[in-house]
Amino acid sequence: MTPKLTVVRSGALTTVQDSGRRGHAHLGVPRSGAMDAPAMRLANRLLGNAPDAAVLETTLTGCALRPDGTVTVVVGGAPCPVTVDGRPVPWGAPVRVPAGAVLNAGAVTAGVRSYLAVAGGIAAEPVLGSRSTDLLSGLGPSPLCDGDVLPLGAPARQPALPGGAPWPAPPAELTLPLRLGPRADWFTPAALRTLTSATYRVSPHSNRIGLRTEGPPLERASTGELPSEGMVLGAVQVPPDGRPVVFLHDHPTTGGYPVIGVVAETALASAAQAAVGTPVRFTPG
Amino acid sequence: MTDGRLLDVRPAGRHALLIELPDAERTGDLLAELLRRRAAGTLPPVEEIVPGARTVLLDGVRDPEDLARRLADWDVPSRAADDGGVVEIPVRYDGPDLADVAAQWGIGADEVAARHSSHMYRVAFCGFAPGFGYLTGLPAELHVPRRDTPRTRVPAGALALAGPYSAVYPRATPGGWQLIGTMPDPAPLWDLTRDQPALLTPGTRVRFVTEDGAA
Repeated sequence: MTPKLTVVRSGALTTVQDSGRRGHAHLGVPRSGAMDAPAMRLANRLLGNAPDAAVLETTLTGCALRPDGTVTVVVGGAPCPVTVDGRPVPWGAPVRVPAGAVLNAGAVTAGVRSYLAVAGGIAAEPVLGSRSTDLLSGLGPSPLCDGDVLPLGAPARQPALPGGAPWPAPPAELTLPLRLGPRADWFTPAALRTLTSATYRVSPHSNRIGLRTEGPPLERASTGELPSEGMVLGAVQVPPDGRPVVFLHDHPTTGGYPVIGVVAETALASAAQAAVGTPVRFTPG
Repeated sequence: MTDGRLLDVRPAGRHALLIELPDAERTGDLLAELLRRRAAGTLPPVEEIVPGARTVLLDGVRDPEDLARRLADWDVPSRAADDGGVVEIPVRYDGPDLADVAAQWGIGADEVAARHSSHMYRVAFCGFAPGFGYLTGLPAELHVPRRDTPRTRVPAGALALAGPYSAVYPRATPGGWQLIGTMPDPAPLWDLTRDQPALLTPGTRVRFVTEDGAA
């Protein structure tokens, strides 16, 4: 019998995530998946899991779990204090949690999202090939609630990544390399200059759907309405208030506001860890 | 398409192309051609083919510049008007905006059912929620604007109109469209136990069949 985890404290928002759903965007199904994918993969490798085994993604306040059998876990991503039955244990490295003990991933000391991986992975029921929670469309497991019981997969036999691993620090300033298009021509030349020269800040209204920003509004050259069109991960959509929104993993598959540019997917992990108020600069790239 | 050329191909980041077309009809033609070529194995690997109102997004493309060059040479034929099967959707025309829509159409509320269900619709694209299809086919003179104030909750199964589109809500969400009817059992619109969870996939033709609403 593989152990199960009982959720003792679900935290502000804790979801099950893997590498997401691909190939269903034409049906209105977002990609979803871990927002800081490198953190998910590293936590899994430290346990000998497949790189995209399902993990828990917490938001700001962590979570606490109690296994009914001994399990090995890694808490990584955004740094936070980790304890087992109140005793401090290492962050970012494998930790054994005895049956009945409470593993607590505390509030982040930097960044936004911690990743709690368990040897064997979270064995939630896959939906369309993924165990990811999709908050926009309600697919996959619901966000964790206190008292939920999570099944685990069988731990892999493959060896864990030997030794420690470097965890990137959450960004003090977020630099987002951006390529213009596909609707950059809907904006004035001044707006294009503003986008790549002004400093924006991460808005408190950011979530898994989009990184919203505060800063100078971008002026449109064309005032018409854009017929709905497909949206890619990292698309920078500009709603009528002129403040750019970077589409993250739970973004809608089609949208009706013009996309001024697209942020490279490799930069989105640091976007996932940018706390409210973090300065944001869009750079050509 | 008749002139043999695609209107416009725009890069959307490093791995995607957005192809813009003159209208919904040409968009459907291109979508059908893309799916045909993918099934035949002659399309380079593409992770997502996402139609929009007047665009098709190709995402997860290894070499978008190469694909853009190839697309320039494509001759996209028009679809036959009757290609593919027809999905019948049973509905009752009993929505809370029925009288408003009837007034905009200049007919009585009791005539909306016959008017709306007399047309053949086609899924132009999906979005908003899994299984939510934007259906085209309503003649231009019957297009109605969205409501001034969106409803905080539109029930699952609501048959709704906005601009050129008709749609049936697969699940309860907020929404600003005009509600003219109800699909009594909306469960088939999105059913994860099926191989194909969405009943209405892009390109599918749809006919609304009036159910006897008398209880």
